[in-house]
Amino acid sequence: MTAVLETTTPPVTRESGRPVPLARLTMIELRKLGDTRAGLWLLIIIGLATLGTSAIMLGWAPDDELTFDGFFAFGLVPSAVLLPVLGILSMTAEWSQRTALTTFTLVPARERVIAAKLLAGVLIAIASTAATFVLAAAANLLGSATGGDGGWDIAGSLIWQGLAVQVIFVLMGLGFGALLLNSPLAIVLFFALPTVWSILGETIKALGTASQWLDINITTTALSEANATGGEWARIGVSAAVWVLLPLVLGVWRVLRREVS
Amino acid sequence: MAYLRPKRPAGRSRHAEYMITVEHLTKRYGTHPAVDDVSFSCEPGTVTGFLGPNGAGKSTTMRMICGLTPPTAGSSSVSGVPYRKLGNPGRHVGVLLDASAQHAGRTGREALTLAALTMGVDTREVPRALERVGLNATAGKRRIKAYSLGMRQRLGLALAMLGDPAVLILDEPANGLDPEGIYWMRGLLRDFADRGGTVLLSSHLLREVEAVADKLVVIGAGKVVAEGDKADLLAQSGTFVRAADQEALAMVLERAGLKGTKTTDGGVVVPVGSETIGRAAADAGLVLLELRPAGSGGLEQMFLTLTAGDSVKEAVR
Repeated sequence: MTAVLETTTPPVTRESGRPVPLARLTMIELRKLGDTRAGLWLLIIIGLATLGTSAIMLGWAPDDELTFDGFFAFGLVPSAVLLPVLGILSMTAEWSQRTALTTFTLVPARERVIAAKLLAGVLIAIASTAATFVLAAAANLLGSATGGDGGWDIAGSLIWQGLAVQVIFVLMGLGFGALLLNSPLAIVLFFALPTVWSILGETIKALGTASQWLDINITTTALSEANATGGEWARIGVSAAVWVLLPLVLGVWRVLRREVS
Repeated sequence: MAYLRPKRPAGRSRHAEYMITVEHLTKRYGTHPAVDDVSFSCEPGTVTGFLGPNGAGKSTTMRMICGLTPPTAGSSSVSGVPYRKLGNPGRHVGVLLDASAQHAGRTGREALTLAALTMGVDTREVPRALERVGLNATAGKRRIKAYSLGMRQRLGLALAMLGDPAVLILDEPANGLDPEGIYWMRGLLRDFADRGGTVLLSSHLLREVEAVADKLVVIGAGKVVAEGDKADLLAQSGTFVRAADQEALAMVLERAGLKGTKTTDGGVVVPVGSETIGRAAADAGLVLLELRPAGSGGLEQMFLTLTAGDSVKEAVR
């Protein structure tokens, strides 16, 4: 055991003084999404489920529904539901698996780690939308070969709106994760709270108008139709402020201040 | 061996000659002081043993040094810079605070790769780092869930040393290591310090750090109760005395106004020189079987006395 310090010890001013670049941290956070057993399986399941959407349509949908925009819209459903869980785990695993001890020892500027996690979440949402796009194209080719409609028409806005839904829900997952810092609790509340709010909005008449603005499940359905209007975007903005921005702000504040042990 | 002192970065404090400086660190949880006005410092080329019973405040102090726990009062720095001001601390300070704090679903190799990527260390160093702590390629490919505590300690040491640091901060690194592993780790740390490195090493077992430490800082109930060179502390630790008639000895000591502490091996440690005891015994016509400097036995007695009650408190809390 004599090979420990063969090289010179680095002075504080050089490598150890310069902050770790954000691009490097983002790449590391992306890697961390898939390098654990849980994360890898989640990614595999999202991939398989997306494949499954095309298979279901090819097998059971009427021929005239087998169009590119049909495959694309349905293909986005699994990742819209499951990618946020990956976002939740990205935040919570640091605390439930206690890796925050290593993470924040190596990068004491916690806000940089959080920024990297948010960027990684956005990047994986973009990647999954792009992958779904390619898969939908392949499924459409297959569909037209077997007698489907095979239409390639898709409104450009549907692509961006599809991506927006992915990004909104991944960020919402990250926000819930950062706020609750507990995997099971964050996952359950992520799915349960908006649903409870939807049910309340439907059953209680007085909440009707409020839920039109604050129910993120309702407001984001506007994005599945081409060319969402300004009014629809305003409702999405208001509901996202409550369900995405608020948990994110409170969660970041909590992570920055929380004692790591 | 060349002794390399890190260069002075801008804006560092006056304690440039110390690699780790802790000044009046205090942490209170509610009204309970976990760490109470703790100050000490570590020089390059030395191993400092940070001793105290469980719950004495060792881990809290170390977490405060590493910027993970905000102190209620006081400050600390590494090479004159507060830890949180270091942009990429892994290249200067190797830290192992809890070997179990690793993602169970990640492989050992992956955990080190993530750290290497963060620090900007070539990932080709990872297999070498694993090898250095006695973990082979097969162990590196296994998930940490399957690691024993000893293997996790080795992995944690590999991670701490991956950035080729000048300072090591290790919390109870010998926990879970077998005797051979403890011996190996002592050699590793001794060697690191002999090459100019600085080591701060905590333990609740005196014997464990005694073999490797140059300096000791003893903490009990959040306060520093003894601090100094190991040799000085050993010299001050009193005299071990054993008499044929232990009860008579106890009476003699009491009459002389000396306070002795019974040891487990049938003797008494008295915090004075051997001559005082020898004379008192001769005056009383007492037969002594042993009369010698207490050394580490005395230090252990002192350690137990100084920190007595804390572990009991900890147990019932």
